[in-house]
Amino acid sequence: MTGVRVTHIPERKKSLPLGTRITRLVLVVLLAFLSAAWIVPVMAAVLTSLRSFDGILTSGFMSLEGGLSFDNYVRAWQSGGGTYLWNSMVITIPALFILLFLASMAGFVLSRFDIPFARGIMLFMLAGNLLPQQILLIPYNRMAENLGIFDTHFAVILAHIGFQMGFFTFITYNFIRQLPNELFEAARVDGCDMFTMWWRVLLPVLRPPLAALGTLGFAWIFNDLLFALALIRSTDQMPVTVGLLSLQGQFVTDYTVLSASAIITAIPTIFLFIVLQRQFVSGLTLGSVK
Amino acid sequence: MRLFLRDRIAAILMLGVPLALVLSWVMWPALQSIYISTLRWSGTSQPQFVGLENYERIIDDPMFQTALENNIKWLVVFGLLSIVGGLLVALVVHEQIAGWKFYRSAFFAPIAISFVVTGFIWKWMFAPTGVINAGFESIGATGLTANWIGDPDIALWSIIIAATWRQIGYIMILFLAGLKAVDYFTIEAATVDGAGYGRRLWYVVLPALGPSTTTVIAVTVIDSLRTFDIIWTMTQGGPFNSTQVLSTLMWREAFGNYNLGYASAIAVIILLLTLGFVIIYLLRAIPKEAR
Repeated sequence: MTGVRVTHIPERKKSLPLGTRITRLVLVVLLAFLSAAWIVPVMAAVLTSLRSFDGILTSGFMSLEGGLSFDNYVRAWQSGGGTYLWNSMVITIPALFILLFLASMAGFVLSRFDIPFARGIMLFMLAGNLLPQQILLIPYNRMAENLGIFDTHFAVILAHIGFQMGFFTFITYNFIRQLPNELFEAARVDGCDMFTMWWRVLLPVLRPPLAALGTLGFAWIFNDLLFALALIRSTDQMPVTVGLLSLQGQFVTDYTVLSASAIITAIPTIFLFIVLQRQFVSGLTLGSVK
Repeated sequence: MRLFLRDRIAAILMLGVPLALVLSWVMWPALQSIYISTLRWSGTSQPQFVGLENYERIIDDPMFQTALENNIKWLVVFGLLSIVGGLLVALVVHEQIAGWKFYRSAFFAPIAISFVVTGFIWKWMFAPTGVINAGFESIGATGLTANWIGDPDIALWSIIIAATWRQIGYIMILFLAGLKAVDYFTIEAATVDGAGYGRRLWYVVLPALGPSTTTVIAVTVIDSLRTFDIIWTMTQGGPFNSTQVLSTLMWREAFGNYNLGYASAIAVIILLLTLGFVIIYLLRAIPKEAR
């Protein structure tokens, strides 16, 4: 058992022929069609976001009546899209960095030192992340009210940090366990204390798995609906997911503006996906493969 | 490693703070939910202890039965479609046929967007004048048009298609990682012995994927039982409760009808249903020989 691998899928591998040339050809064609079908919904949304509502009303989706413009994006942005995007960032980025720092500390202590019941503690923390979020919603709502932080970003940040801590710790724990002892012994001989060891020795080595974890975690927190739905009420505090639902109430069946809003709010994670696809892929397989 | 006193204090803090956050923001609220499930409480009224009455009411509630049935349909159909689909795509992409990187990205890309955005995209696909119906009409196949999410008979299946669209890429990535670990020499030996692709797949590749499959199934069941976002975005459980599942019912009872005790009981039932799979996942994630 080597624990979690933080490698990405190799670009070349030894491969054996998959059936005859004809079966290969059939597969290629099938896959090409299927992957095209996978892109259609996104393309349709992009196209719709550029159309005018009147154009679609009078001549339907399968035309370019009314021309193409970015008007819907302007409307989506002015109707709250910009605010929602900002709120999502204000929630996601602090939550993510606090998680990465705290989880790497906990993973460090649990994996490198003789802590009683280390495995039990790790199981307990990871179990927290596997609970259905539904069981947390009513208490979150009450706790936030009682602490006077209901309807604030701080409440949502706390909820994300608590809920994701187990998984983040588990990933760093697995990775640190595989590091050679000499790394820490050397630091110890040099007189490093715990905190310095974590900051100077561990964090630099942890950069690749933290990048993968961070990419995935960003998408999780950014894309969350439930916690924000239970903890935020005011329109000007909403992150993108709740904000989109509120726009849906406002524009009802005007799918041109709704598509534009959906695309605007998805830009950060799509950008992340394009730039950091490798980290994204290895993030997804973290903790699930041995 | 031996610890000096100063380091001991540091270690207690470095583990203690994260652990305290899990205790106070996950375990404590989860316990509170279990307690609230024994109350009759609207949030503003004086809570009244009623024991297991909420659970007894749930068993007799036809709405709960509808939600449970829909959730089981969701679990089975969404689970099978995404696991089988994800496995097939992974097998083909793994062979690195021409353009495989493009295909991998195409199937994988939806993972980056939220279920809410997925719901928006597919609501327009499925709208009466939306993309799918317009497509059918443009090729003259008007008989195939339907009110995809407005018709109670098919709404649930339509949402399952949308959810599968987003999930397959994730399952594909999990299986691709598993396929990478399949022993190349066993496959080669089987080939030398004259086994065709089908036999290699059945006798060598699929058995080797067993561990990945366990994880994939556990993840899929846990996800299915707490699925909420996409249904809430597309139909909010309607039309006529035809897409009501446990989580949407729980939300409606809690934040729509303010039956906090009843809603908590539903949440506890969701927890109990997932518990077995959570344990499977945990034991696989942290094996005993871990230290």
